[in-house]
Amino acid sequence: MGRLSEVSLGLKDQNKKAFVAYVVAGDPHPDMTVQLMHRLVKSGVNIIELGVPFTDPEAEGPVIQAAHERALAHQVNLEAVLTMVARFRSEDAKTPVVLMGYLNPIERMGYKSFSQRAGDAGVDGLITVNLPPEEAGDLTEHLQTHGIDPIYLLAPTTNVERAQRICQASKGFVYYVSLKGTTGSGSLDVNAVQQKVNSLRDYAPLPLYVGFGIRDGETAGPIAAIADGVVVGSAIVALLADAEEQGSETVIQDVVNLTAEIRAALDASVS
Amino acid sequence: MTRTQLGINESLTSFPDSAGHFGAFGGRFVSETLMGALDELTEAYDSLKADPAFLAELASDFEHYVGRSSPLYFAERLTERAGGAKIWLKREDLNHTGAHKINNCIGQALLARHMGKPRIIAETGAGQHGVASATVAARFGLKCTVYMGSEDIQRQSLNVYRMKLLGAEVVPVTSGSKTLKDALNEAMRDWVTNVDDTHYIIGTVAGPHPYPMIVRDFQSIIGREARQQFAERQGGLPDAVVACVGGGSNAMGIFYPFLEDSSVRLIGVEAGGDGVDSGRHAAPLNDGVVGVLHGNRTYLMQDPSGLIAETHSVSAGLDYPGVGPEHAWLKDIERAEYVAVSDDEALQAFRELNLLEGILPALESSHALAYATRLASEMASTQHIVVNLSGRGDKDIPTMAKIDGISIG
Ligand SMILES: Cc1ncc(COP(=O)(O)O)c(C=O)c1O
Repeated sequence: MGRLSEVSLGLKDQNKKAFVAYVVAGDPHPDMTVQLMHRLVKSGVNIIELGVPFTDPEAEGPVIQAAHERALAHQVNLEAVLTMVARFRSEDAKTPVVLMGYLNPIERMGYKSFSQRAGDAGVDGLITVNLPPEEAGDLTEHLQTHGIDPIYLLAPTTNVERAQRICQASKGFVYYVSLKGTTGSGSLDVNAVQQKVNSLRDYAPLPLYVGFGIRDGETAGPIAAIADGVVVGSAIVALLADAEEQGSETVIQDVVNLTAEIRAALDASVS
Repeated sequence: MTRTQLGINESLTSFPDSAGHFGAFGGRFVSETLMGALDELTEAYDSLKADPAFLAELASDFEHYVGRSSPLYFAERLTERAGGAKIWLKREDLNHTGAHKINNCIGQALLARHMGKPRIIAETGAGQHGVASATVAARFGLKCTVYMGSEDIQRQSLNVYRMKLLGAEVVPVTSGSKTLKDALNEAMRDWVTNVDDTHYIIGTVAGPHPYPMIVRDFQSIIGREARQQFAERQGGLPDAVVACVGGGSNAMGIFYPFLEDSSVRLIGVEAGGDGVDSGRHAAPLNDGVVGVLHGNRTYLMQDPSGLIAETHSVSAGLDYPGVGPEHAWLKDIERAEYVAVSDDEALQAFRELNLLEGILPALESSHALAYATRLASEMASTQHIVVNLSGRGDKDIPTMAKIDGISIG
């Protein structure tokens, strides 16, 4: 079993909620990313989702788009992201790292070469936003050869037949996108999420995490009560956007305060 | 490799396959939220395209609203100037709203209405597709939002105002390169958010399946008419058909009915900008690498790490780093040829058509004209070239005046 499944199944066995935190690699500055990852772990994050900067992040809202642009301004490409993961991994052998990005940089590197280099760097999972399982071709095979779990998204609009296929194709955890919309948009309807999550349980033996629209302890708590974990992105990234004005230590401290609050809400949801 | 070497036995007009693939190209590369909407659209289109009532509605609007058929005009003085093959112009510039874009918009607005979607959205570069979308929205009583890069809003202010007169909301897009590709990203984001009540009218033969197929089908009225008009006027088939390629919809529209006519050369003309060697251009079929963007696999302008490159063309409508997947496939199976024409050559052709034929072409279409004139001079006077004059150039007058240093405030 890979590092990701070990953690996701381990948390579930212990009746603990998983906290997945998303940041864009290289945002706000490439020098900060590895340090930020360690601080996230210390403040209660279980899994790190690292955004791979792309010129056309079509599923992202304004907050995360801006983060992609900040990272790209520092020439952070896929290769640079893998170097950051390797540096993080040299000091943290336990925390799973999942890359989240768009297909083109991966395709350009080559499925085989990417899988090998990402595996060597210590990447544990991959979410490719614009790659539905039916187009995945031999990427899945290459990923698995190098111990990387493919993770696919489920949406409110996903029908039963597709949901089954997606759950089968996913490893590590299943990621339910709780909103119709881009990252960071709208407010989520807990009842609707609950209904969908309950129906997904029938064919999702894997831990089921919910993301999009969770921004603090207050929004994390009710979702944690129905799902196995939460993914928080835009709320963290929005704090990092102020780094230039406020200094990197200040914004990292802001992030740590937020993640600690969310951790507490997750723990409270099971006590 | 050619078609026989590739073992393609079925008709070239039978593509894409049910998953939207043209050989290795096309497909459906989108976030999960949109998969359901794309299925719904495919289903709706499959049932409507064989529905006589729908087809009658479409034909009626083509005739009475768009003003079809568009003439096939023999350009006598341009032919004389070129000194070779005879040049014919398929006059899509004479359509209502001044370009081929309306053909697709009428079809898709009817689709939206049949699917019960009260709102449409569109992306636009030159503003022609935005204007056509705003127009059909007014015609069918739909709400309309148009996304446009803030750079393009500057370049095409006339069309921006026109869209507003038509009752559309124009949203400036300030992310990325602030041009067409970013407008497309933003339209996708809107669609993901409002998928229940909104139909996204993509303006070209790009995007995820079924868009490349739907847009091609609606645009192929151009080629069907041209093929028949040529047969009636001249007899037989032309020797070559030439069209400019941005995303590729006017080209696909005129090529498609000729795909099985192997004697007819099909030539797509990309935007060469400062020249293909300069790197500052928008010619992915000439100088791109296969990748995935905006829902499909195709040739793309990209850097070695797979980031999408910024493009350049004097014509906003061609300023796009990708190209429709069917063109990528036609290139690879060698059924069509793709060349590039520089900004300067296009500008010269723009001026020439004004002076020789009294026709003001769009800068986009001027790329096709420039290549066709060059090609004609290398062909015999007994041969014939049909050029798709995809749009008229009123929108480009401010750009031209600026180049000429004239203030027309
Ligand atoms: C007149 C005209 N021709 C051509 C194009 C390019 O689009 P396509 O390649 O899809 O025909 C445009 C796009 O705006 C246009 O306005």
